[in-house]
Amino acid sequence: MSKHKVVVVDDEPAIRRLLRVALERADYSVVEASNGREALSSLSIDHPDAVLLDLGLPDREGLELVPLIAKTGAALLVISAREATQEKVAALDLGADDYVTKPFDTDEVLARLRRALRQHLNLNGNEPIKLGDLEIDLLARRVRRGGADVHLTPKEYALLAELAKYPGRVLTHSQILREVWGQAHEGHVEYLRVTARGLRMKIEADPSRPEILKTEPAIGYRLRDPVKE
Amino acid sequence: MISRSDSDRPSPEALLREAAREGRGRLKVFLGAAPGVGKTYEMLTEGGARKRASTDVVLGIVETHGRVETEALTKDFEIVPRRTVDYQGRALSEMDVDAILERHPQLVLVDELAHTNAPGCRHPKRWQDVEELLAAGIDVYSTLNVQHLESLNDVVASFTRVRVRETVPDSILETADIEVVDIPPDELIERLKEGKVYIPQEATRALGHFFSKSNLSALRELALRRAAQAVDTQMLDYLRAHALAGTWAAGERIVVAVSELSGSMYLIRAAKRLADAQNAPWSAVYVETPRSLNFTEQDREILAEGMRLASQLGATVASIPAANVVDGLKLAIEEMRATQLVIGKSVRSRWFELRHGSVVDRLVRETPGVAVHVLPHVEGLVDRISPERRRRGSWGNPIGYAVSIVLVALFTAVAVGVHSFGGLTNVALVYLVPVLAAASLYGLRTGVFTGILSALAYNFFFLEPVYTFTIQDPENVLTVFVFIIVAIVTSQFAARVRVQANLAERSSGQNAALASFARTLSRVATTHELGQTLCGEVSRQFDVNALFLLPSEQSGLELASAVPPDATRGPIDTAAAEWSVDHKQVAGRGSSTLTASEWLFQPLLSSGRAIGVLGIAKTDGSEPVRTDRLPFLMSFIDQAALALERIELAEDLTSVVQLRERDRLRGALLSSVSHDLRTPLTTIIAAVNELKKAKAADPKLLGEIESQSERLSRFVSNMLDMVRIEAGGIQLMLEPVDLTEAVASAADDLRQELADHPVKFEIAPDLPLVRLDPQLFHQCLVNLLENAAKYSDPKAGITIEAYRESNGMILSIIDKGAGLPPGMEDRVFETFVRIEGSDRKGGTGLGLAIVKGFIEAMGLEIAARNNEDSSGARFMIRFPEQVLVREAAMAE
Repeated sequence: MSKHKVVVVDDEPAIRRLLRVALERADYSVVEASNGREALSSLSIDHPDAVLLDLGLPDREGLELVPLIAKTGAALLVISAREATQEKVAALDLGADDYVTKPFDTDEVLARLRRALRQHLNLNGNEPIKLGDLEIDLLARRVRRGGADVHLTPKEYALLAELAKYPGRVLTHSQILREVWGQAHEGHVEYLRVTARGLRMKIEADPSRPEILKTEPAIGYRLRDPVKE
Repeated sequence: MISRSDSDRPSPEALLREAAREGRGRLKVFLGAAPGVGKTYEMLTEGGARKRASTDVVLGIVETHGRVETEALTKDFEIVPRRTVDYQGRALSEMDVDAILERHPQLVLVDELAHTNAPGCRHPKRWQDVEELLAAGIDVYSTLNVQHLESLNDVVASFTRVRVRETVPDSILETADIEVVDIPPDELIERLKEGKVYIPQEATRALGHFFSKSNLSALRELALRRAAQAVDTQMLDYLRAHALAGTWAAGERIVVAVSELSGSMYLIRAAKRLADAQNAPWSAVYVETPRSLNFTEQDREILAEGMRLASQLGATVASIPAANVVDGLKLAIEEMRATQLVIGKSVRSRWFELRHGSVVDRLVRETPGVAVHVLPHVEGLVDRISPERRRRGSWGNPIGYAVSIVLVALFTAVAVGVHSFGGLTNVALVYLVPVLAAASLYGLRTGVFTGILSALAYNFFFLEPVYTFTIQDPENVLTVFVFIIVAIVTSQFAARVRVQANLAERSSGQNAALASFARTLSRVATTHELGQTLCGEVSRQFDVNALFLLPSEQSGLELASAVPPDATRGPIDTAAAEWSVDHKQVAGRGSSTLTASEWLFQPLLSSGRAIGVLGIAKTDGSEPVRTDRLPFLMSFIDQAALALERIELAEDLTSVVQLRERDRLRGALLSSVSHDLRTPLTTIIAAVNELKKAKAADPKLLGEIESQSERLSRFVSNMLDMVRIEAGGIQLMLEPVDLTEAVASAADDLRQELADHPVKFEIAPDLPLVRLDPQLFHQCLVNLLENAAKYSDPKAGITIEAYRESNGMILSIIDKGAGLPPGMEDRVFETFVRIEGSDRKGGTGLGLAIVKGFIEAMGLEIAARNNEDSSGARFMIRFPEQVLVREAAMAE
């Protein structure tokens, strides 16, 4: 199989150079773009498998590019400043796969990129998902912990299943609420909080130190594999 | 009448009175019906009780009058030594107000509130000293006999025949606690007989009468009633301040007509009692009719005294120019929406009333809906006006008579000329000229005088028999009679026109002066110019020296301008000016405070504070301004105060704009510096990562670069946060947050920092959700946990606990370590404050300041303190009830 092609969109040459070093070390082929225009042309010319997009671009709103990139089927990782929480939520809602926050650790970038690519290339893996001692079988609608069945309420299961479709990826509050509670309840974060609290009681070894169901403050939730991460 | 919606609102005056009371000392008055009831004894006893309850009590002044029991009581107290005042070779001892202010006890006992101080003291009256002590926040106990109350002065005098000169304004009782010291009249008379009562000098003469049983009973009733009324007023004030509707007095407003007759004092006191009884606002009005131009100095003095008394008793005073008393009062009633009018019974003759109609009748007829109280003029007590003064006052100008005589002589000569070639009728017409001239120039009486004189001259020189005063022809008798009638009628018209023209001229002159002053002020841009304009205009209009002082930044007052520029002022003048600014009242010559000063100081008031003070003085040292000219002066001062306020606002605005601009620049700079730092930092951190993987250098060195870069990065983030907080640019994104989850997530972010610090969670699982900005709250928790890890002893552990309390929820982060140095509990949240002696751990000193900024932006509270067993520090976040989210019932 040929190398995966990644477009790095950032206006800082230093960061582009650095990401190129890291990505090439991990065996990706890299195309650089320094602004929105170059990013768009690269999308149509290079047909990349993934895009690393800095949302702070000089010529246009980085967010505008998100749906365009998502439409091409490429995995999309956005890079954004720490305090720009709303920007991240918006990017995720518009179809980005994940985000990293500046200043970032290159290993983390690589890990998230790998995960996003995996999901993009093999969405319908029917294998049961294993997270530590937790096993989620989406086909059988069954959840086991340490071999024993875990009894979840319908909403708890729906929440876990929704997150398990994209293991490791952050789903925003409104994405989850839309899928699990329906469009009308998109704003009811409190439902999500209460259900997540109940779910943790059943799947976490210590609910006050959650290892599997992780909170991304102000953004959403994701499932973590406590063994791999 | 006050409309319903009006009366539901708290009255601003009541609120102000309530507010003014805060920070002031409280006054308690031991009110007695007569000397000898034991007020001083009671005051000392109660003061002693307070002292035993460890209140800091001193004796300001107490007159024991040699009574042994009382004397014994004073032994328990610290006594502030009296001040000796030298007065005409006699040494008088008075209470030392400054020493008490210096000593500043919690409570001071001051006997005899109505006492008059020796000349040369700061205030003429002791109650003014007491006011000053109260204003300084010192509580005062004092004693008072009921006949010393200003508004009851007449009443008491009317039945005891003893008038006391030492009076206390009723207003002082309005905010005081009153305790009536009461013994039955029989017992008091008994004590008197036993010689246990000290008798004041002025009462000795009327002693037998004063201490009669009926008098004592009446006095006792007055004292009890006055005390009840004060309680009532205070209750009403409270109700008004707290807008408890329903118990309001109807919107009664009382107007009392003040005149130049001495009976006015009686009317004013009566109106005050009426107003008090109905809790109504009241005004004293003087109607300035053409007559007032003929006032003597004495008339003016009585009038001014009346106005002063009214304003001391709490009335608003006004003087209204009008053609006659009825029109003026009608205007006043209309303007003040008065419902009641108090006037004195007319002292005019029957004859006058027949001609002009009674003032009372007209008022009753022409002011429907207004209750008119007509009070008699009490003989002796009241009308000191002497018939002799009355006559002198109306006789008019002697020059007028002289001129009239000359005119008549002159026109007799002319008449002789006319007579040589004309008839007698023409001669008579010639004599009308001096009559008209005298009437229009010098008024009615001079006119009539000239008429009679002309008639006599006409008779003497022209009527047969010539050179006698006898008249042969009856026809000529008629001529003389008509002559006199013409003189009377024309002179009346002429006199009235003349007086009204004078009045109009004066008032239009005042209006013109005010208008031009207002125009000049509108162009004034600096306080210096304002001072110049004000001093110049006041000096011109009132023929006085003027100076204008402004409160300065450092202390005291600064001379802003003076006319003439070398106008001098001594220490006593400065004291008066300062007192005037501090107390927002008029002081100095012609006022009731610090009268030794040559200057009269009027403060310029704006929004309840004195923003400047105007001083005026006559060059010859006489009283600077006539009382009837005071409203005119006040108009100047009010206009100047408005202009000064405008100038100060404009100056403030300029400095606010500058400040805001500086803040904006600082924010922009910090933010741009932070952004510019962040990109290279991101690169460095990522590069170090790569180097570590490539094993290209010493991992220890790389680790050092990494940790320091991360520290720098955190610092940059903190700086950006601080800029956001200080610029007020935090936009909250509120959503329900689960505390357990939030704490876990923060602890997870700090896995490395907390590696050495086991975290214990003590959070109840069923706590309600909290509506917060999750991102800001996360940042707060991270900073707090970082701080806890920094100052906690390794392995000692950090506890996070959260629990519900009566009206909210508390989250505490508790560390085990050295704790906070005493006194630092609140300072830890200040920018760039780090706990001394613990800088080994490093940090930016911004972390906790950011926490506080974010916490408060979200409507929460945070506090820091040491654990009770001093095992370390705890930071507590309090979530008020309103941010808690009721449980989401539809979650399933």
